[in-house]
Amino acid sequence: MTDPSDDIILKACGITKVYPGTLALNRVDFNVYRGKVNVLVGENGAGKSTLTKILAGVEVPTRGHLELEGKQVRIESFHDATRHGIGMIHQELNLFGNMNVAENIFIARELTKGRVHIDHRTQTAKAQELLDRLEAEIDAREQVADLRIGQQQMVEIAKALALNTRILIMDEPTSALSAAEVDVLFRVIQDLKRQGVTIIYISHRLEELIQIGDHITVLRDGNLMQEAPMIEIDVSWIISQMVGTDKNREMTHTTSATCEEILRVKNLSLARTGGGYTLDQLNFCLCKGEILGIYGLMGAGRSELFECLMGLETEIEGKVFLDGKEVTRGRVDDHIREGLSLIPEDRQREGLVQVLDVSDNMTLSSLWKFIKWIHIKSTPLKQAVDQMVRNLSIKVPSPRVIISSLSGGNQQKVVIGKALLTEPKVLLMDEPTRGIDVGAKGDVFGIMNDLAAKGLGIIFVTSELKEIMMVSDRIMVMSNGKITGEFTKETATEEGIVAASAVGHNHTHASA
Amino acid sequence: MSQASATAPEIKKEKFKIGMLLLNLRTFIALFLVVIYFSIMAPNFLSMANLLILVKHVSIYAFLAIGMTFVIITGGIDLSVGAIVGLAGMVAGLLLHKGLHIPFMNATIYFHLPMVILITLGVGVLCGAFSGLLITRFRVPPFIATLGMLYIARGAALLLSDGKTFPNLVGSEALGNTGFPWLGSGTILGIPFSICVLVILGIGASYLAKRTPLGRHIYSVGGNERAALLSGVRVNRVKMFVYMFAGFCSAIAGLIIASQLVASHPATGDMFELTAIAAAVLGGTSLAGGRGTIGGTIIGAFVIGVLGDGMVMMGVSSFWQMVIKGLVIVAAVVVDQFQGKLQSRAVIQED
Repeated sequence: MTDPSDDIILKACGITKVYPGTLALNRVDFNVYRGKVNVLVGENGAGKSTLTKILAGVEVPTRGHLELEGKQVRIESFHDATRHGIGMIHQELNLFGNMNVAENIFIARELTKGRVHIDHRTQTAKAQELLDRLEAEIDAREQVADLRIGQQQMVEIAKALALNTRILIMDEPTSALSAAEVDVLFRVIQDLKRQGVTIIYISHRLEELIQIGDHITVLRDGNLMQEAPMIEIDVSWIISQMVGTDKNREMTHTTSATCEEILRVKNLSLARTGGGYTLDQLNFCLCKGEILGIYGLMGAGRSELFECLMGLETEIEGKVFLDGKEVTRGRVDDHIREGLSLIPEDRQREGLVQVLDVSDNMTLSSLWKFIKWIHIKSTPLKQAVDQMVRNLSIKVPSPRVIISSLSGGNQQKVVIGKALLTEPKVLLMDEPTRGIDVGAKGDVFGIMNDLAAKGLGIIFVTSELKEIMMVSDRIMVMSNGKITGEFTKETATEEGIVAASAVGHNHTHASA
Repeated sequence: MSQASATAPEIKKEKFKIGMLLLNLRTFIALFLVVIYFSIMAPNFLSMANLLILVKHVSIYAFLAIGMTFVIITGGIDLSVGAIVGLAGMVAGLLLHKGLHIPFMNATIYFHLPMVILITLGVGVLCGAFSGLLITRFRVPPFIATLGMLYIARGAALLLSDGKTFPNLVGSEALGNTGFPWLGSGTILGIPFSICVLVILGIGASYLAKRTPLGRHIYSVGGNERAALLSGVRVNRVKMFVYMFAGFCSAIAGLIIASQLVASHPATGDMFELTAIAAAVLGGTSLAGGRGTIGGTIIGAFVIGVLGDGMVMMGVSSFWQMVIKGLVIVAAVVVDQFQGKLQSRAVIQED
């Protein structure tokens, strides 16, 4: 290896980014090597997205600066980034389905004659040239809405390349791609490298990183952990750097499961609009004090299962029994009163009302417990909230502060508090640890253990293998709306779970 | 903070807090300044007689604005309130003046005054329920649904009298429906009836917003509809309520205007919906939903009312009045945005 320091094209120096309530990045240095694939890894909430947004001019750092080719530069807008040849492909596709491919590629920088008239012919020709360079079999005149997700991803890449991008940031580009499309993408990346384009690549799929990456930088909780050339390291090194050996991680779970059944699901099915089943003949039960983990890939039907149990879907078949009583039908508030409670996956979008304060958020599901006729009795309500704040050790100056001023972990605890105030018999937790820091994760697992010990049945969904193996008494794996595997704590292995979660998946990609 | 030797950052923080407090009370301060200005410029302004007239004017806008506030807090809008004012007046006028004619029986029913009032209020609520149904069941955007209701209600008002005015709504002893003018000109313990209604409605709506589950649900639906749904809030029911309540408030306004004039004209209430929205926004209600208070809205209605009456007393041309009102509303929203920014900065500073 030659000394790589003069190969650095872009350097981030001492970047700190503060959001209300959280320190997203803490004095992070990040080196981007010319003409290489620079991989950025870290768990959810480690600060990867924030860092790339700063490089792409979407966010401005609180402290620190950027150096391009050794010179300090200010990148404070999308246009600054473009001027310096930095392009980004965001995790979510930013395309206009109502326009054709060429129009999308040249959006906001249309090729014109005399600044007014759009030169569609040249635009289409240039777009086609870019797409051909990517070996994408896409007609530049096609409507974007008619393309498959993988093809749309290619359009995004073409769009970034149309700007003469020297540095291309790809935030989880493979999350929506099939295996074949991933291969094509990797060929494209190799091709771009040969053409001298520098790539910054973010992904959660570690094997993929080893395959494509040249340099790796690991972030953990907003701190830079380690930087290394890829040839010197392996998957286990990455994991140990990402996860660390934090005490909270080593949490053990002693089972408190009883054999007393609390929830039974019989032949539950949910039809998908446009044919097939989102949920296909599910049968399972849950005991008091048991923690049942559900693992599955995106689109396996995990969140839909919870929505059916809560009564959000009306067109369901099958039966659900809670404590021996049928609760298949009814609205959400009926289910809540029967003793089911949901902690939704997306805290911001589904869990919290941002404009309200902590107390209002926490009591939203359980107001019926505190009313006399139509009057809310404020004393018992305040007592209940204070008690919950203490029990869950939520760090707030007062229950009257607005919810958005809290850190992610504390916000999550408020959502949990909201569910617990309804005094549920069964708690449904959808990705309860997503986007919160390690300490808060430990707290959440601690709370789950305590609740199970008190006899609650808990079903929780996660995409993180380590978590599910650590916390669950029993693991159920879902794929394509079916239960494809069931393991006890003793029989569960990572390989077994992953294999079960992939059942039937090649089939979908072929037919998609 | 009471120590004399407060450090520099503490003083800065104190100043910042005072600044925030002033911003929070901005509508109130604006009202205060406007009142002082007019009491100097127009000597009669602060006389008891004038103030009573002023409050009576304001109460009409305030009824509509209270109903509008709940709608806006849920993230919706109701453009039909002005038209419902007109329709309500015409319904009351028709029942008093011509009675309810039933064609196939060839009979005409004259109701007692309380029945007339109840029927009129019922019509207002029904109009709101119609908008609500369109919005909740048929997923029509509130702007469109209530725009449709605006035309329907206005058209219905015109149809009731063929576009004419129902004059002289005093009723007759023989039919037993006298007393209608009292709503607009009567007093209870020396206080005009419409002001009493405003006080009751204001306190009731404020209580509803702050201390009842329905109130909490209204805020949560506007703040995050999906989260509210998942928390067990019956979102559709909440939305139905706010549009029906807005219709109810409009009908009250319609009754009182008709009673004050002792006549009902089908064009009454034209553009009132915009005044109601302006009052709510001036009072700090966010059109994005989730934020707003009844107290703020009532103060907002007073600012608009005082500006209007004060400028009339000073002889400002009505064209200039419009321009000035427009500027005040825009300024209020600009200050609102500024406050939002300051608040998030305050949060960061505390970290």
